[in-house]
Amino acid sequence: MLENIRLSFQGIWSHKLRSILTMLGIIIGIAAIITIVSTIKGTNEQIKENLVGSGNNNVTVSIYQDGYEYEINNYSGLPSGINTISTELLDKISNIENVESCSVYNKRVDWGDSIFYNDTALGSSSIYGVDDKYFSTCGYAVSYGRGFHESDFDKKRKVVIIDSSTVTNLFDNTNPLNKVIDINNEPFTVIGVIEKKDTFKPVINSIDDYYSYVADSESGSRLYIPSTSWPTAYYFDEPQAVVIRAKNTDSMNSVGKKAATILNDAIVTSKSFKYKSDSAMDDLESIQDISNSTNTQLIWIASISLLVGGIGVMNIMLVSVTERTREIGLKKAIGARKGKILSQFLTESVVLTSMGGFLGVLCGIGLAQAVSKIANIPVAISIPASVIAVAFSMLIGIIFGLIPSIQAANLDPIDALRYE
Amino acid sequence: MIIELSNIFKSYENGKMEVPVLHDISLTIDKGEYVAIMGASGSGKSTLMNIIGCLDRPTKGAYHFDGSNIFGYSDRQLSDLRLNKIGFVFQSFHLLPGQSALSNVMLPLQYAGVPKKQRKEIAAEMLEKVGLGERIHFKPNQMSGGQCQRVAIARAMVNKPEVLLADEPTGALDSKSGEQIMELFGQLNDEGVTVVMITHEQEIASHAKRIIHIKDGCIIPDKSKEVVTVEES
Repeated sequence: MLENIRLSFQGIWSHKLRSILTMLGIIIGIAAIITIVSTIKGTNEQIKENLVGSGNNNVTVSIYQDGYEYEINNYSGLPSGINTISTELLDKISNIENVESCSVYNKRVDWGDSIFYNDTALGSSSIYGVDDKYFSTCGYAVSYGRGFHESDFDKKRKVVIIDSSTVTNLFDNTNPLNKVIDINNEPFTVIGVIEKKDTFKPVINSIDDYYSYVADSESGSRLYIPSTSWPTAYYFDEPQAVVIRAKNTDSMNSVGKKAATILNDAIVTSKSFKYKSDSAMDDLESIQDISNSTNTQLIWIASISLLVGGIGVMNIMLVSVTERTREIGLKKAIGARKGKILSQFLTESVVLTSMGGFLGVLCGIGLAQAVSKIANIPVAISIPASVIAVAFSMLIGIIFGLIPSIQAANLDPIDALRYE
Repeated sequence: MIIELSNIFKSYENGKMEVPVLHDISLTIDKGEYVAIMGASGSGKSTLMNIIGCLDRPTKGAYHFDGSNIFGYSDRQLSDLRLNKIGFVFQSFHLLPGQSALSNVMLPLQYAGVPKKQRKEIAAEMLEKVGLGERIHFKPNQMSGGQCQRVAIARAMVNKPEVLLADEPTGALDSKSGEQIMELFGQLNDEGVTVVMITHEQEIASHAKRIIHIKDGCIIPDKSKEVVTVEES
């Protein structure tokens, strides 16, 4: 086999121009496919990054009423027909494939009428009742003060952790630690300040990108109290939400949908309220659907070039068999079995097309980079696509090399020896 | 008895006409013999050669090679027989042009599945034997006709066949190179190889120990070498 491959390379080398021309069809086809896949993958990844944020694959599953996210606040009242999330249910969610961690929390949106420090009211803000896994799941770190201890949960301590926006709005940037604030008429002591670990800087190329980024980022201050203290300030049976950290960005959508289904099946009895995962992911999916279908169409067109390339290879292999009739005759006369001749020619054809495929991948990568430079489109080289492209060109070699190889193997040695 | 042909008929179909080439040929060749088959062109000697060499099958008749009837052999079995038991030498050498003498001689060893390292050794040894020890890396276009034919003989003999079949081995050579080839054949025959050679030249045929004349597809009754020389003088 190795011998055959070496001989094939020799043969290809000795007919350089012919081999290159033969490979051209394959090279162009594969290069086109790689370029298309790379640019589309690049665009997809950029969209994904802009919508979702990088490195922090969080999906929030929360309550929606008739398709709109339901804000729990002091005016709208509590939605009915939704039970609280049990630990068993949370375990079930954390066992979904590709879930790294998950946390359950309560959330209320406040419009400046229930959170005070002395006489200062906090403007628009959100207050969260969180469990011990919330900060790690969402990617927050304590920047000063301390985080929640186990005893805070056990003893239902009235302690609160705030973000830097709250420090600015409520404390005018003075040290907030150990100050006591009023949350729904209950005194809570500030024990720490948190910030997001990985600050996310989106790639913004267009106005659309900008809006999708702005729409995604929530404004307002945030405060966090232990989930066990939540009923002290609010109600114990308020509907909760779940935040999930997925193992990778691609699985976010499926993880979110599965979690929503689990929750809806288990604890929702109301018709108008449903758990749903982040809608940003849905947008992403529909954008990807569109680009995928264009993708597929373009690849079909490029495949025609591969077909033409394959026919070119077959043509040259037939010429090569005719040219080497005497060689084939001699080899058969001195005892080469049919299979040996067949594999020799088949190897040659496969080596030819795989080389074409390999060069095509290189050209495609180069072309994709050029396109990204010139047209300012992001590209991402897909390694699986490259491997598949080379494998596919091998397959073309086998398919289109088969007829010439069979023809060679079936030559009559006497006629072949006599051939001039 | 290594070659035993009994009542061999061979005809080719030419359109709807049947063109007979060999008529009722019976012939036996013993191990270690040195036989020349002589005949004018069109006499059917090449066809006979192809049948002996298992490249072609007779239309009718039985052919026993080394005791076994090859009539029922598959393509694969015939290939293996040619690989291991028969060596071919052709008028126009039929060397692979792009490859060195060594790789040309290594080819049958490759088909026989000999490991590559051994292949090189055996082939180099064989080239040494035919007097080309210094030219093993030469390509056919860098060698004279006589040297090419010696490479071809080395290739034919490299799998240690029992029979060496030569089709006009000196046809493309000058008389001096031809003589050298004949010397080599004599030497191989002395080592016990059965040599069967086709020629139309009396002088070349006279190197053989037995001459078979063929005319119009029939064997003219066997003559020993002595008889031939008597007739000529």
